[in-house]
Amino acid sequence: MLNIKGLQVKLEEEDKQILKGVDLKIEPGSVHAIMGPNGSGKSTLSYVLSGKDGYEVTYGSAQLEGADLLDMEPEERAAAGLFLAFQYPVEIPGVGNMTFLRTAVNAQRKSRGEEELSAGDFLKEVRAKAKSLSIDADMLKRPVNVGFSGGEKKRNEILQMAMLEPKMCILDETDSGLDVDAMKLVAEGVNALRSEGRSFLVITHYQRLLDHIQPDVVHIMADGRIVKTGGPELALEVENNGYADILAEVA
Amino acid sequence: MALAKLKADVTEARLARLAMPDGAGWANAARADALARLQAMGLPSKRDEYWKYTDPTSLNAPDAPEAALFHSDESPLFDAVDRVRIVFVDGVFDADASDDLSAEGVEIERLADAMAADIHWVKDVYGVLEARGQTPVNRPFAAMNTAFASDGVVIRATAKVSKPINLIYLHQDVASDAILHNVVKVEAGAEVTLLETGPAAARFSKQLEVEVADGGTFHHVRAQGRDHERRAVTHCFARIGAGSTFKSFTLTFNGVLTRNDCIIEIVGDEAVAHVAGACVGDGRDFHHDDTVFITHDAVNCESRQVFKKVLRNGATGVFQGKILVKAGAQKTDGYQISQSLLLDDDSQFLAKPELEIYADDVACSHGSTSGAIDEEALFYLRSRGLPEKDAQSLLTLAFVAEALEEIEDEALADDLRDRLEGWLARHT
Ligand SMILES: Nc1ncnc2c1ncn2[C@@H]1O[C@H](COP(=O)(O)OP(=O)(O)OP(=O)(O)O)[C@@H](O)[C@H]1O
Ligand SMILES: [Mg+2]
Repeated sequence: MLNIKGLQVKLEEEDKQILKGVDLKIEPGSVHAIMGPNGSGKSTLSYVLSGKDGYEVTYGSAQLEGADLLDMEPEERAAAGLFLAFQYPVEIPGVGNMTFLRTAVNAQRKSRGEEELSAGDFLKEVRAKAKSLSIDADMLKRPVNVGFSGGEKKRNEILQMAMLEPKMCILDETDSGLDVDAMKLVAEGVNALRSEGRSFLVITHYQRLLDHIQPDVVHIMADGRIVKTGGPELALEVENNGYADILAEVA
Repeated sequence: MALAKLKADVTEARLARLAMPDGAGWANAARADALARLQAMGLPSKRDEYWKYTDPTSLNAPDAPEAALFHSDESPLFDAVDRVRIVFVDGVFDADASDDLSAEGVEIERLADAMAADIHWVKDVYGVLEARGQTPVNRPFAAMNTAFASDGVVIRATAKVSKPINLIYLHQDVASDAILHNVVKVEAGAEVTLLETGPAAARFSKQLEVEVADGGTFHHVRAQGRDHERRAVTHCFARIGAGSTFKSFTLTFNGVLTRNDCIIEIVGDEAVAHVAGACVGDGRDFHHDDTVFITHDAVNCESRQVFKKVLRNGATGVFQGKILVKAGAQKTDGYQISQSLLLDDDSQFLAKPELEIYADDVACSHGSTSGAIDEEALFYLRSRGLPEKDAQSLLTLAFVAEALEEIEDEALADDLRDRLEGWLARHT
């Protein structure tokens, strides 16, 4: 599904290397988790994959189902099936959440040569999916993320993911800011989307989310590299002992 | 003090091309008074305080610079709204193209007919509100308009008028130079909606005087269209009474030069006055100026000024807005915001917000901002699959939304929003 090779990335504006050679291969249908200390480059990886400005790829490649992601515009990556649930979802005053969702869904359908969803079908689908994430009608009407609590913003990301049905979902600390019940809802939302043709990359600091969304593979990222890869037990080790042991071991 | 020679020369050259229409005694006197006002102040120059940001040269010129006609295959604005259509072609009333000048709750007459009558209510408004609005700031083009207006309508609402009245200004002559003057009187407790649409002329001088009596309601929605080379200098003078409501919204597309002055005097307690506008301009030859002056002279009144300008490719936007709270106008709630969205580094927004307050128990605030598209928001939208153009349009519409929300009638607002979307789709 996703194949990243030797990815090196620096900031466009300053001479600062952030990713120092990332290799990552995610098979269709599998769930990978990335953990790692603050500032190790996890969000940067997710931004570079989704096409945010401000970064320069100095080496390496990233392919989604064989197509070169790094050559595409952000919207082309989305249409190709990539989705990023932001660590910090952006507030957009003046744009209604519902309008935004419909515009996004139809933009992607259009770029894939599919018919637009009728207003009625769209509404039905949104309402059902919103309900399962405890997103009420009022939140759908309000401007995108404006005045949403931290947890509401994260649930809104998952709603977008559910509506867009991407193939490759990157979740950047979707668990931060969620209360225990909301975490369950979000995990259920993610699990409902798990399928053979869909993969997940879950960035998190905590084992707790991984109790609900069980990963096949866990990676540890430190200082711009993936320094260790293992099974679910690796997340438990981090939870119990922190990063010190792992970092010392690979140093 | 005598006028500077240059100013006097410019004024005389312009006047030499104008002829004063003839009317009843009071009408001729009103025009002569206005001419005397104009001659005393002279036409504006860039040295004048309120013309610093807008060059009046092409408005002063004896002949109107030509303006190419703009052909659009869009349906006329507000076509789906049941309304009384009053059509002017290059500033001349076209009876054949217009509906019957009648609707329930309102009397409508042509200006010339009203001004030919020896006794007419319009005598107490025509040029009267304009003359009051000449202090403390001179508005020479308004005096010129009162003196020389050759057409227009006078409208008196006596009850809740059954449907909106739409003045439709068509532009068909590349060299037309039109001077129109409309007067509206909203009697106590009456209510009317006035729509104004169209580019009007190559050069258009237009004035609207509005008297709203106690408890009256006046809604005004205007779309200044689309011809790229047209010029317009417009004035709205309003005087509003106790418990009355005045709401005016203007959307401007294109135009080499647009100067819209709105001068409102709140003279009765508990009145509400809102003026709002949005403009979208593309190109170095787009210049748009909103100049607003709201005077609070009564207790417990509310005023709002909300202006949004979308500027790209070197376009210029100007906002000069003032709230004057007179002594004794306690409990005034005054709000003013002017914002521009600059879609590139070449465009500019010049703002001059002013507050002058002589009462101690008031809440007045004003703000002015200038900014680019929010890159974070743009990326967020694109990451969800919106093409860059669509994402930019969506954010631009969101920026304008606050001004459009000032329009109470949803159908009218939706129609303008659609046009705006169309414009953005063509211009991003
Ligand atoms: N635009 C930028 N300007 C300056 N520094 C940046 C920028 N983007 C990333 N960085 C730096 O790059 C490093 C990696 O940041 P990144 O956000 O990817 O970390 P992270 O692993 O997601 O951390 P966290 O766990 O705190 O979310 C940090 O040192 C950060 O300060
Ligand atoms: Mg991060």
